[in-house]
Amino acid sequence: MLEGKDKYIKMKQPRKERTIVILTIIPSIIAVGVFVYGFIAWSIRVALSDWIGIKPDYTFAGLKNFISLFKSGRFLIDIYNNIFFTILFLAICVGGGLLLAILLDQFIKGEGIFRTVYLFPLAISPVVTAVVWKWIFSPKVGVNVLLTNLLSKIGIERTIEFGWYTSPASWGPFNIALIPIIIAASWWFVGYVMAMYLAALRGIPAELREAARVDGASEFKIYMKIILPLLKPITLSALIILGHISLKMFDLVYVMTGRGTGFVTDFPSIFMYETTFAANKFSQGAAISLVMLAMVAVVIIPYLTISLRKET
Amino acid sequence: MVTSLKGFEEVSLATMWNLPKGLNFQSFISAFDKLKGNFLNSLYLTIPATVISALLGSWNGYILSKWKFRGSDIIFTLILFGMFIPYQSILIPLVLVLRSIGLYSSIPGLIVTHIIYGIPIVTLIFRNYYAGIHDEIVEASKIDGSNIFGTYFHIMLRIALPAFVVAIVWQFTSIWNEYLFAYVLTHNPRVQPVTVALANLAGSEYVEWNVQMAGALIITIPPLLVYIFLGRYFIRGLLAGSVKG
Repeated sequence: MLEGKDKYIKMKQPRKERTIVILTIIPSIIAVGVFVYGFIAWSIRVALSDWIGIKPDYTFAGLKNFISLFKSGRFLIDIYNNIFFTILFLAICVGGGLLLAILLDQFIKGEGIFRTVYLFPLAISPVVTAVVWKWIFSPKVGVNVLLTNLLSKIGIERTIEFGWYTSPASWGPFNIALIPIIIAASWWFVGYVMAMYLAALRGIPAELREAARVDGASEFKIYMKIILPLLKPITLSALIILGHISLKMFDLVYVMTGRGTGFVTDFPSIFMYETTFAANKFSQGAAISLVMLAMVAVVIIPYLTISLRKET
Repeated sequence: MVTSLKGFEEVSLATMWNLPKGLNFQSFISAFDKLKGNFLNSLYLTIPATVISALLGSWNGYILSKWKFRGSDIIFTLILFGMFIPYQSILIPLVLVLRSIGLYSSIPGLIVTHIIYGIPIVTLIFRNYYAGIHDEIVEASKIDGSNIFGTYFHIMLRIALPAFVVAIVWQFTSIWNEYLFAYVLTHNPRVQPVTVALANLAGSEYVEWNVQMAGALIITIPPLLVYIFLGRYFIRGLLAGSVKG
């Protein structure tokens, strides 16, 4: 009965203790306040300046950096790359994760060992993921060798040395060279999504399915009408978690391919790094970082607001 | 049981193992030789940052779940936002500040950075955990005459072991594996963490693939060990959090 507002009354604390409580958490609040919010404000100030070169220069320059950004060909390619990457990465992880979870749920009863194995990639550094997958997709080893062997088995003698992530080919604005990166990123996260779904599937009471079966529903129909709607919150969480990771992805792409020839595998994060710390165009770099922040905020702020409302 | 993920894993593991085996363990020795110093840097960085981070989170989580005050939920949400931001958007001020206080390109500088930007996630982990513990326990302890610190040390810390496991596994693996801060905030190879060293190794034209793969395997060992020993508790906690969220 003591829910919501009553909690405060029930937990009524002596004034002295309340002061102590607030005092002890203040260092953390200040740290986050300064290092997150203060620094974002500082970045905004830098983005509105004309700072090029090592020495800070806060001469006000208005929106110049943002305007030149959206006129630059490279930035538009980056945005396209990032959006295509995000869509495919989410589709593979959520679709694949759901499928794997349903299969596991149907055919495997125990789960301990599988869960651990599927979540292993999460413990692996993006740098390691990048190095290994770069090798797998490099022209003379890995996938190409596999394909060559496969072809020779069916009687075609041809050596494949396709440059997967260096390929300049594209379908419309979608660069083929993104495919290996999408595969690497999906490998990294699909197990996590699967584990989330599996936990939710195992949490659905068996009686629910039994009842539907008694009513004569087919397995397929049970999944479509009963199970999938129950999994909606998980799908939403997965989309938000993976979506924001994907929009700010840096390490995996930077180490695996870098920006690529003709920016085929360039991302805003790589552009930001190179502009700021290699070319010393700090004001321009700050502007890129703020566009990235805005893209992530569009996904995250509604999510946080909703979960805050749910709590209070 | 042929699943796509299994397939991927087999491809990477099978091909990863083939080469070094064929060429004996020379590649491992060579890789370890190249990464040794950075491997130690990563340990010096990850262990203190993880421990301090977990302790800080356990206190913040306790306050924000059991000692709620007006506006504490909003403050919590504002703190939480910090874990979602792309760190690029705070990177330029961070470099300037670390430079001016003399912590740029140093392991302490990285430790401080990871502790501060780790506050949101560890606070979340502990807050969610404590939220699942009945308020009556806190009440009872208060009636017994414990103050806020007494309750924390005698009760909360003892029952918070599962939350500590989650926080430690999470922070250890993410700090060990982290690349952006490590890369931007250190320019001296002598203080660079092992992820930066491996990326440099992979970027070099002169290092053979097998040495790179051996290096990749070597730097995966510590987070994998942590994961194998604590993984079961970790997954339980992680899923409990995410399913709820």
